[in-house]
Amino acid sequence: MIEAQGISVHIGTKRIVHGVDFSAGPGELATIVGPNGSGKTTMLKALCGELSHSGRVTFNGRDLKSLKPAEAAAIRAVLPQATMLSFPFTVREIVKMGLIGGRSGVIGPEADLLPERALARVDLDGFAGRFYQELSGGEQQRVQLARVLCQVWMPVLDGRPRYLFLDEPVSSLDIKHQLIIMDIARDFARAGGGVVAILHDLNLAAMYGDRIHVMHRGTLDTVGAPKDVLSDALIERVFGCKLRVGAVPAGNTPFVLPQSAI
Amino acid sequence: MTNHIAARRSSGLRNAVAAGDRSALARLVIVILAVLLGLTMLFSLASGASDASAISVARGWLSGAGEDALRVRDRIIINDIRLPRVMLGALVGASLAVSGAVMQGLFRNPLADPGLIGVSAGAGLGAVLIIVLGGTVLAPLTTALGTFSLPVGAFLGGLAATLVLYKVATRQGRTSVATMLLAGIALAALAGAVTGILVFVTDDRQLRDLTFWQLGSLAGATWLKIGAVAPIMVLAMAATPFLARGLNALALGEATATHLGIPVQRLKYIAIVSVAASVGSSVAVSGGIGFVGIVVPHLLRLAMGPDNRYLLPASALLGASLLLLGDAVARTIVAPAELPIGIVTAIAGAPFFLWILLRKRGVIDL
Repeated sequence: MIEAQGISVHIGTKRIVHGVDFSAGPGELATIVGPNGSGKTTMLKALCGELSHSGRVTFNGRDLKSLKPAEAAAIRAVLPQATMLSFPFTVREIVKMGLIGGRSGVIGPEADLLPERALARVDLDGFAGRFYQELSGGEQQRVQLARVLCQVWMPVLDGRPRYLFLDEPVSSLDIKHQLIIMDIARDFARAGGGVVAILHDLNLAAMYGDRIHVMHRGTLDTVGAPKDVLSDALIERVFGCKLRVGAVPAGNTPFVLPQSAI
Repeated sequence: MTNHIAARRSSGLRNAVAAGDRSALARLVIVILAVLLGLTMLFSLASGASDASAISVARGWLSGAGEDALRVRDRIIINDIRLPRVMLGALVGASLAVSGAVMQGLFRNPLADPGLIGVSAGAGLGAVLIIVLGGTVLAPLTTALGTFSLPVGAFLGGLAATLVLYKVATRQGRTSVATMLLAGIALAALAGAVTGILVFVTDDRQLRDLTFWQLGSLAGATWLKIGAVAPIMVLAMAATPFLARGLNALALGEATATHLGIPVQRLKYIAIVSVAASVGSSVAVSGGIGFVGIVVPHLLRLAMGPDNRYLLPASALLGASLLLLGDAVARTIVAPAELPIGIVTAIAGAPFFLWILLRKRGVIDL
């Protein structure tokens, strides 16, 4: 269980996130949506211990601040929005870094093959020998996800659930890979882990999210099941955009929804 | 699928490399470099202005016999002139190359080099302060530290320079290349200016010592000097294996390194202190020898990849070999006189540095 109370983050004198209470349980895929600049990423960084904040965050009842980096790494893995890299590492070397400090939960000869398994999982089988910097943006994003998966390969370890934090995991992916990645996140949650994912695609949030957390102007505006949260009124109030939820386009404009995947 | 991967990975070095696993290749490179260093040390022992031959002396060592006049002269040349110089050259070369690799990991930037960004200049200033003021203002310090006062002074100067540089060039966990290089230029200029002031207040004997810093040389290596710096250098190098995995993670950024379980602040402090100690003690005994710290790790990354677990020991080996070869050139090219080795490394290293810049122009966002 992740529980956060009264999270506020200031960067300089600017208040980015204010008084957020957040919780996400094992087995749950929690999504965070909200307009640009509403504090989603800042909130996620506070939750995973990257930004200093007021308030309290606990993982499985333990205060995050009391954990050593290696202990925290065994409980949660974090996929950032973008990763800059200055040295010519191969894809396999990057993915293997997921095993540096945490505990994958896989031991023995199997552990040696984990990078390849993680790469196959994100549909990058055969990419292990390529140079990371030569890949496309979407491929790089999936390599980073494979690294993050290695870190917490077993969603439950020693009887305790582990957590994935994903900051826009599908932002530069095509529709096929969006579905693959979201399936991975859902499987992780179904296997007993917890997932917190920032998404911009409301359709994916509705399709995969057990609960949607709507951020607006640095506060948590609404939390609930997708069908309760996504309403015409909320979209207009939070996103400032008159849209009708569930309406099909007029005439014969084609539209493709992830929900229509067969 | 798993079986197919296992088959691919177990079938030899070339296939492992093709599958993105360069660890076996890196280990092979390290073995080759160790052999190379051994050969280089023998070659350095055997070559020089005198015709003393290492083989004849080695034969003398082994047989333990024959104290004729020629052997005695050879033995003195080898044991008290060439051997300390070879040991010192290997230590300095290894220290400079390793601290270059550590700095590059710390700054996440292949262009960081202690000589280029003012760390050596800071260490030089520390050493010059000890030389010039050691008899007067700093007398209590030099009395207390004895032969260690010069390396300690250089260490403190290098540490101050590294800390200032890190504070100036790094914001929110990101190091700006432009800021780092420019701040390094400013630091080096400042240290140079203060050194210049000290040169004015110095006497003749000190002046000769000071000239030596500006050029960089392994001449005058003695067992006493080695005794003063070897413990510091070995300690600093012994710390680096503990940094390797952390520096690898740091390549993905400070935040990601923390998420991966690396205590990033502690890693940075250990890295900075070990760089300052290595560079400080190198500068204390041999002055400013440039470009070893940038050329060696760069060549090795091309050969075996950037994994610091292998890069750091390999840098030590190749750095030692290259500096010894450079010193062999310095000793023999204008024999019986000799060039300061700093000139040799600069002539070879500066064009190499420009080549890296040209190749990477698109990659490095200045």
